Amino acid sequence: MKKLISINKLVDSTRRLTSILALCSVPIIGSAAEPITVVGFGGSLQDAFHSAYFEPFSEQYKVDVIEDSYTGGFAKQKAMVKTGNITWDLVQMDENEMIAACDQGILEPIRKQELLLADELNPSAFSRCGVGAFVWSMVSTYSPEKFGNDGPKNWKEFWDVEKWPGKRGLRKQPRMTLEIALLADGVASDDLYKVLATPEGKDRAFAKLNELKEHIIWWESGAQPLEWLRGGIVTATSAYNGRISVANQEGSQYPIGWDGQLYSMDYWTIVKGTKNIDRAYQLLDFMMKPEQQKLFAENIPYGLTNRKANQILPNALLSILPTAPANQKNALLLDSYFWLDHEEDLQQRFTSWVSQN
Amino acid sequence: MSTTPLGTTDNVHFEATEPGTLKKSMHRAEKGRRAITWLLLAPLLIYTSVFFVLPLCTMLYKAVDNPEVISGAPNTSKLLSTWQSKSTPLPDAAYSALVSDLKHAYGKPELGELARRLNYEISGFRSLIMKSARKLPALKLGSNDAKQLLYDIDNRWQDTRYWIALKRSSERFTPYYLLAALDLKVNDKGEIGFVDQEQRVYTKVLIRTLTIATVVTLICLLIGYPLAALMVRAPKPVTIILMLAIMLPFWTSLLARTSAWIVTLQANGIFNNFLISLGIIAEPLELIFNSTGVYIVMVHILLPFAVLPIYNNLQNIPNHLMLASSSLGAHPVKGFISIYLPLSIPGISAGGLLTFIVAVGYYITPSLVGSAGEQMLGYFIAFYTNTTVNWGMASALGIVLLLCVMGLYALASVTLGVKQLAGIK
Repeated sequence: MKKLISINKLVDSTRRLTSILALCSVPIIGSAAEPITVVGFGGSLQDAFHSAYFEPFSEQYKVDVIEDSYTGGFAKQKAMVKTGNITWDLVQMDENEMIAACDQGILEPIRKQELLLADELNPSAFSRCGVGAFVWSMVSTYSPEKFGNDGPKNWKEFWDVEKWPGKRGLRKQPRMTLEIALLADGVASDDLYKVLATPEGKDRAFAKLNELKEHIIWWESGAQPLEWLRGGIVTATSAYNGRISVANQEGSQYPIGWDGQLYSMDYWTIVKGTKNIDRAYQLLDFMMKPEQQKLFAENIPYGLTNRKANQILPNALLSILPTAPANQKNALLLDSYFWLDHEEDLQQRFTSWVSQN
Repeated sequence: MSTTPLGTTDNVHFEATEPGTLKKSMHRAEKGRRAITWLLLAPLLIYTSVFFVLPLCTMLYKAVDNPEVISGAPNTSKLLSTWQSKSTPLPDAAYSALVSDLKHAYGKPELGELARRLNYEISGFRSLIMKSARKLPALKLGSNDAKQLLYDIDNRWQDTRYWIALKRSSERFTPYYLLAALDLKVNDKGEIGFVDQEQRVYTKVLIRTLTIATVVTLICLLIGYPLAALMVRAPKPVTIILMLAIMLPFWTSLLARTSAWIVTLQANGIFNNFLISLGIIAEPLELIFNSTGVYIVMVHILLPFAVLPIYNNLQNIPNHLMLASSSLGAHPVKGFISIYLPLSIPGISAGGLLTFIVAVGYYITPSLVGSAGEQMLGYFIAFYTNTTVNWGMASALGIVLLLCVMGLYALASVTLGVKQLAGIK
């Protein structure tokens, strides 16, 4: 009998406890809607997303925006879709990964007609499974302490280690590196992929890289080239224009070699099967607004996808965007379809080449 | 004791003789104890099977699994499986089968998977498939001439190489990934041969991985052994300081340690500036972004794995053995070689094996502090897993790495004995 009472007591107190807990949790659930998870590439780029898009969105719509970052690839999204446990909603992706993921059914197709500001956007910003987030660019830069104002200004000069001695930084991957080699070898940007598609063109790119090989230090994350310039490890390097500009905003003086820049667009994608799809569209709409995009470019100078946003940007800022007409001399738009076809075999050849001494 | 049904045999005993009662109760007690043992082991067993055995089996399966073509182009793959590519020309039915397969798969994930898989065989096959599937719905198939239709879309369809590749990748299980992990492939004649010279990479990377791991292990043992011996003999405060010096970096995040080394060893770094200010060197030494950097950093990170097992082992060697040897007139060196060293072999082998196994799977450190020439196999596993999402290739490379470690373990257990390695003896 005694035992029974104590059990009753226990049940009672548990019940009371759970009801207290329930009371505590009700306001939390009630006040905010289901949070949305957005994933970007981190670093200063993510900071710009945060202050231009995620934070104001969260305030305006009273929604928690959970941020995560990753380094590219879509293994995680694929695993999420395959297991049906989707924890990411809106994800930044680069173009060729977006296309591959889209083909494999990992992303939601974008319903353009449901985007409020679709007409204001640059038409190239729409892909089957993505909406353009921004235009980035790979450019050359050099150490002003070493060369003053007279450093290597394009890829051809980048190869000249007699006039501008010191190590060179390039990204350790065939994509962009082979293009840079061909540009340095005098191939016009309009013909570049035609040349690179042929076996002779590939040999030519590797031969050109061979000339510079002993001087190259390979970087892998976007922050490395600028750290290395500062640390004196390299005297000239390739780097993302946004990273250079952010460093310059913080007091550095790295010149941007726009001649022969390689540019491409990054996209916002929605993971297939997410429950937050309406919220994702709402956030997409918000990020397409000209005033938010302006704010983004002020934080990190990447090209914008809303044409109206470009009209309200100050000239000083416009001139350091990859999309500015003055910066488009010999510019090369990266061909994602070329890389989808050739990435694995060129990666293998590149890896084999890069590790030979 | 086997796990045969104890109850039945017991019953027989019980009916036959009186001592059976005792036996039965003993059995019962033992049975209960065994149940408790299993119950206590259950979390471990469940954990290992879910988080170790299952992923391992999945990895083995993924390395040969080949479902893309069968599910993406079912009719074509069935038809091509009977085609004798060496002796007979491609049957016309294959064209119409492919046309209907592509039409059916268009817009579905299966098409993307099919294109991705075929692109491994011939680069450019991806766009050929996607382009054909995209154009087909707009074209009329009234004339029934699927062959002409495909030729019109792209003349690559006239090349039998593509059809042979399609046939080759139509099998339910494929040796493709495992062969590729060893720089081999099945050519169009159906023979196994090396891939082109400029594409060969994994055998080189494997050798490099094993070399780096071996050198790192040897350096760790060379530094770790005297250090452990000192820790055993030194007065307690010194031992504590040495132990902390070893463990502190062990408790720091790997990335933080690696970055600290970059700051220390780079051209304008602390170490070079120190040497220059002392006038020892005029030009900064190249200590990082080459093999020197990789060895310095990896040895630093892996040293605890070598020191701790050796330290543990040396602690258990009685001091008086060396005293005895010198009292019998042996030179300390002789005493060390014939008494101390043989007794510490279990510690050395355990420490060495542990260091090697951890080292062989490294990839972040070499990619941060090494040059392109120090890229290890783990890097490519990560590359295929995350960047190109080619899980078959990642699994195949993982298997190669696993086999190497298992081979080494087998070798070590034959030469040193499993019991010694496990520290039982």
